[in-house]
Amino acid sequence: MKKWRCLVCDFVYDEAQGWPDEGIAPGTKWEDVPAGWSCPDCGASKADFELVED
Amino acid sequence: MTTASLPTPASWTDNKRYLWPLGALVMFLPMAGALAYQYSGWAITLWFGFFILYGLIPLADRLMGEDDSNPPDSAMGSLASDGYYRWALFASVPVYLGMWAYMIWFITSQTLPWYGWLGAVLSLGVGCGLAINIGHELGHQTDPLERFLAKLVLAPGFYGHFYVEHNRGHHVRVATPEDPASSRFGETFYEFLPRCVYGSFKSAWEIEKKRLAREGKSVWHWSNDNLQSWALTALLWGAMIAWLGWVALPVLVIAAVYGGSLLEVVNYLEHYGLMRQKRADGGYERCQPHHSWNSNHVVTNVLLYHLQRHSDHHANPTRSYQTLRNFEDVPRLPSGYAAMILFAYIPPLWFWLMDPKVVAHHGGDMRKANIKPSIREQVIARYSAAA
Repeated sequence: MKKWRCLVCDFVYDEAQGWPDEGIAPGTKWEDVPAGWSCPDCGASKADFELVED
Repeated sequence: MTTASLPTPASWTDNKRYLWPLGALVMFLPMAGALAYQYSGWAITLWFGFFILYGLIPLADRLMGEDDSNPPDSAMGSLASDGYYRWALFASVPVYLGMWAYMIWFITSQTLPWYGWLGAVLSLGVGCGLAINIGHELGHQTDPLERFLAKLVLAPGFYGHFYVEHNRGHHVRVATPEDPASSRFGETFYEFLPRCVYGSFKSAWEIEKKRLAREGKSVWHWSNDNLQSWALTALLWGAMIAWLGWVALPVLVIAAVYGGSLLEVVNYLEHYGLMRQKRADGGYERCQPHHSWNSNHVVTNVLLYHLQRHSDHHANPTRSYQTLRNFEDVPRLPSGYAAMILFAYIPPLWFWLMDPKVVAHHGGDMRKANIKPSIREQVIARYSAAA
């Protein structure tokens, strides 16, 4: 499971957690998150996220 | 939410395309005033920047009116990637930096009457205020060049913390009571200003502290964006003082304070009284178009790089200025920002103009509004009784 961080505001999308608030189930891989989804905190688009390197 | 309908893509051209370089050209105005003074000896020319901001621009906004047109979706991709717009924005950076250094040299090396000195410093301050807006546009982009230029352009006005706080603080907490940069119903500009400036500095510091801690670094690490920006300010200010002497210091400080106040008075307009509602789990709903005040006035939109299409900006913060859209049915200011700040400076006029709009926006249910805490209960009771 990977994590993706918003380049604008630092919000982190954790694949393990998903984002159930908006119907994205825990375990949803980043590539399966809808293209129209945007950062819940600041609204940046999905393309404005980068992979968090461990 | 709908966007305005438009002609077919093939026939579409950007009617603001050749206006965007005006944002760079206006940065020459304080210099033009200084040159006019040298030829004419009339100190009033030193007030050029100031008079244009408060007089000519509001008037021009009224005369030129509004433009609510949007690019068709099919033109969006090429519009966003057209390098012309990028360079039109970049051009403002060297003009501003050159104007800033020139004006400080001019002000400190000429024997000016006090009213000439003040006019020149405030006109320079107008430039500093506009520069924060340029830093705002640049700071939202993800390209490293834009991000560096954002820090650079914020440095002369000592506003580098904005680079951190705006994206990672304001955009996250916008239109909530927790946001220092969202003004509250019943709050005057003079109450908002200190709350916003103090809260924003504090927030910027904490945001970077948290980010660096995550990377296992101290808040004093060189990669702290606040420290980098402030170091750039110290470098520029130090260079000006080394060159021109300590007489440069009051000029630097007053222009920066006034420029910062211009940015904050614009912040005051942008979300006045609007509030995101809490969800059942205690978090806030997403920021939506009805959480920002907008204006389609052409002149101020060109000079501010479409900042007034503020709903789209908050919905899509990395969308570049030329592609920002007008939305129908969003909170709308009666005029562009330049005229609105005159109202903001005079609280009774501001409340007279804006409070009915906030109440109408919430349909009289002021429980949904962002209200100054000390008057919250009274306001809710007053309007619910009237409804």
